[in-house]
Amino acid sequence: MTAAAIETELLRKEFGKFAAVKGLTLQVAQGEVFGFLGPNGAGKTTFIKMLLGLVTPTSGRAALLGAPIGDRETLGRVGFLPEHFRFQDWLTAAEFLGYHGELLGMERQALRRRIDELLERVGLAPFRSRQLRTYSKGMLQRIGLAQALLNYPALVFLDEPTSGLDPVGRRLVRDIIRELRDEGTCVFLNSHLLSEIEVTCDRVAFIRHGEVVRLLELSSLNMDHPVLTIRASGLTAEIAAELERWGRDIHLEGRKLTITLNDEAAVPEITRCLVARGADIFEITPARMSLEEIFIETIGKDGGL
Amino acid sequence: MKKIWILARMTFREAIRRRIVLTGLVLGVLFLIVYSAGFRMIYHEVTYEASLGETTALDMVAVRELTNFLLLAGLYAVAFLSVAMGALLSADTLAGEINSGTIQTIVTKPLRRSDVVLGKWLAFAWLLGLYLVLMAGGVVLSVYLQSGYLARNLPTGLALIYLESLLVMTFALACSSAMPALATGGTVFGMYGMAFIGGWIEQIGALLNNNTAVQVGIVTSLLFPTEAVWRRASFEMQSALSEILGSSPFVTVSVPNMVMMGYAVVYLVVMLAIAVRVFRNRDL
Repeated sequence: MTAAAIETELLRKEFGKFAAVKGLTLQVAQGEVFGFLGPNGAGKTTFIKMLLGLVTPTSGRAALLGAPIGDRETLGRVGFLPEHFRFQDWLTAAEFLGYHGELLGMERQALRRRIDELLERVGLAPFRSRQLRTYSKGMLQRIGLAQALLNYPALVFLDEPTSGLDPVGRRLVRDIIRELRDEGTCVFLNSHLLSEIEVTCDRVAFIRHGEVVRLLELSSLNMDHPVLTIRASGLTAEIAAELERWGRDIHLEGRKLTITLNDEAAVPEITRCLVARGADIFEITPARMSLEEIFIETIGKDGGL
Repeated sequence: MKKIWILARMTFREAIRRRIVLTGLVLGVLFLIVYSAGFRMIYHEVTYEASLGETTALDMVAVRELTNFLLLAGLYAVAFLSVAMGALLSADTLAGEINSGTIQTIVTKPLRRSDVVLGKWLAFAWLLGLYLVLMAGGVVLSVYLQSGYLARNLPTGLALIYLESLLVMTFALACSSAMPALATGGTVFGMYGMAFIGGWIEQIGALLNNNTAVQVGIVTSLLFPTEAVWRRASFEMQSALSEILGSSPFVTVSVPNMVMMGYAVVYLVVMLAIAVRVFRNRDL
């Protein structure tokens, strides 16, 4: 059996009297894309820093790829893009990646090939000889991502990887995360951008006040009471009442009707019913409850303050 | 070991890229020009006066004494500049990288945290050595070319000046592993100033045969041995005559002994160990 990518047991960190992370227990499997969600100050970054040996836990236990945290060899198989980073900006992009590759102990030839490949992948190949000081925020984010992937890691931590990126850049990050998943890399994603998490992650944990308050399989989200939006002419209150068989929270507004379904499997039946009642359907879209709604529901409107 | 080397090389490269080396070189050359010109004027004046009448043995001695004085004055300035260079190099290095977060992608690589500290130390030691060779070498060469004078025990003297700059650099590195850059700078120069004053209290105390004053100097030297190392360096290089007369600001009356020099080396090693230890246990 392969070890979990991340395994923590009652991991805790106190800064003075304040507990930033309170006994966090979590398991992330290899190859999984895992989202770590929570309001500002929930302890997400501190948690990542403990796993990477930047911060010493006050108590608890944790392992990465089967080895206890702080193990040097293991760090050679882990990638990390920190949240607020500044890199050695007097280096060119290629030199910067070369330096980090050397620190990873990569062999020279392989490193050179990998640098070319990654610069190409993140779209910075034309700027490889420019010093990082001349880079924009988005370009730095891209080079940071390339840096995190140098060693073909088995586990990558991305702390707010899309901050500062324009839509094209965000798309790129999303695509790279998908590629990583296809290659069997475990991605641990820390992000505020719930829409990003929603489309990339297999599973998410909601963190509040340093604790996991909810774990969620995103694939199950579809099954869990999707909201059906219907745009059609000829919708009446009677028709709306009839739909109550399949769900609740029905709202009818002119030509638009929404209903929270008990089961997504009801969609074809609803369609048939509407057609039979003489409604002309222009759109019928089942959507799961958005992650944002779940986030607010889980964390609370106060943002966990 | 290999990682230390990679980190040292990168630190060295940073110093070059960020024009720290260039600035040091330009200012150093400027210093050497001013020094050489000053030396030339004074030296010509005294040798001209000495050559007016019949040149006596006493004139010869006076010229040699003056040359020695000027050489030590030049080396004193070089020692101070190296100290400042050492402090500036390391004050911001760890503190700055912790602050900016640059350090985070470094220490999460498969290496020891001590590698980071030792790599930086090596690079700075190497830079200070180069700086000293250029500056002290320039001063010694300038004096030699113009007057044919070479101080005695030059290698020992210069090695001690190097030790002085390494002490300050290492102390600053230790501070920088625990404190912000500005606090580090303040602490380093505060300690340096204290050692400087302590050294003078000791000197004057020795002239007046005041034992308590000498003790004060020794205590400050134990706290921060830079001034003691400088005084030993100047003692090594001063002329035999001034050693007897004890009459100029660069002449050492109360000579720090070799035990104190040994202490300085131990002090340096302990500071480096503290830097490593503090940095290793620190949350980043």
